[in-house]
Amino acid sequence: MNGPQDVGGRHGFGAVHPEDETERFHAEWEKRVLGITLASGALGHWNLDASRHARESLAPAVYYNASYYEIWLRGLETLLERAGEISQEELAEGHALRPGLRAERRVGAAAVPEVLAKGGPTERPGPAPVFAIGDRVRTRNHQPTGHTRLPGYARGQCGTVTAIHGAHVYPDSNAHFEGENPRPLYTVRFTAAELFGAGADPTLSVSIDAWEPYLEHA
Amino acid sequence: MHDDPHHDNSLDEMTARARALETILVEKGLVDPAAVDAIIDTYEHKVGPRNGAAVVARAWSDPEFARWLREDATAAIASMGFMGRQGEHMVAVFNTPDEHNMVVCTLCSCYPWPVLGLPPTWYKAPAYRARAVREPRAVLKEFGVSLPETTRIHVWDSTAEIRYLVIPERPAGTEDLDAGALAALVTRDSMIGCGQPRRPEAS
Repeated sequence: MNGPQDVGGRHGFGAVHPEDETERFHAEWEKRVLGITLASGALGHWNLDASRHARESLAPAVYYNASYYEIWLRGLETLLERAGEISQEELAEGHALRPGLRAERRVGAAAVPEVLAKGGPTERPGPAPVFAIGDRVRTRNHQPTGHTRLPGYARGQCGTVTAIHGAHVYPDSNAHFEGENPRPLYTVRFTAAELFGAGADPTLSVSIDAWEPYLEHA
Repeated sequence: MHDDPHHDNSLDEMTARARALETILVEKGLVDPAAVDAIIDTYEHKVGPRNGAAVVARAWSDPEFARWLREDATAAIASMGFMGRQGEHMVAVFNTPDEHNMVVCTLCSCYPWPVLGLPPTWYKAPAYRARAVREPRAVLKEFGVSLPETTRIHVWDSTAEIRYLVIPERPAGTEDLDAGALAALVTRDSMIGCGQPRRPEAS
């Protein structure tokens, strides 16, 4: 979707503010949001792509005014409400008014190391790749209203395939619970001039990872 | 929580909102507060950029490991015990005198957690995400890094589940350092491509 998340190449966001690597959180509530987001994911109501879609579906004015943990918290509220686990009434009360639906899937503290170490690999058996390393490809003018991982700045542009990563879960369908639909995943490299036009840094190239449905032969 | 004298006895909005949601989830039996504590402890104290620094130091001092890292970074990094969430499919990109690598996620905040921990605030903020792909030299200047005009820059936008780790160049004058001393030179920002390793005399 052409949502607020798609900021690559946009102007006007100001300076970057570096921080020391020992800064991990800026408030206690950020830690709790990290924890409840990961713990709630284990309930199995949604997947990684659906959670990203919940965040990017925030209204642009909300998204740009929120810190990233606020975006996570708002996204989590949406996901839990959609799953039927919480209601607006409960959020207003600050207390549960009904029991949870999937309490049997609650992650205990002892299971946390194993859950985090396992992660969620996305490579799957899938179709053989159509493109080969070195092929010139053009990204499609792909602008679905739903979730996609083709950034706007890289639409309709010619680049070169530099890596093939096997077949991976396709976010455009997985985010909408329409199946994992594994598709070959490639790294495609573009010159900055191709992406950003005259005046682009001549020493710069940019790579994206792109699923096969995003690409066509150049 | 902030101690704000103008807001006695009231929680700031985000604290209140996060607490309300956690309370609801705990009361429903969906979230175990001890599990939340364990997740926080993991990323506050256990999993962070010192993991990645150990990987880089080993790549600098062990050519066989460096080769493995180039060919199968996921397996090479897992052999050091670093694996899992947000590091399931790793690729290591090596800086050279001719080419500098830099990593971004323009669409959200994809970042290699097992080796670098949680992403810093700036990495998740729109300014870095917007500008890294278009004007990385200007961004690097804000990190105090100035690359030669002739050095090519390759920016990797993490649009899928492949996670990128930059292997910076080994600083000169480090021939006598062991892996521990080398790792101390490796900054988090240098593994994102937004910094350079420390020089030995400055460490």
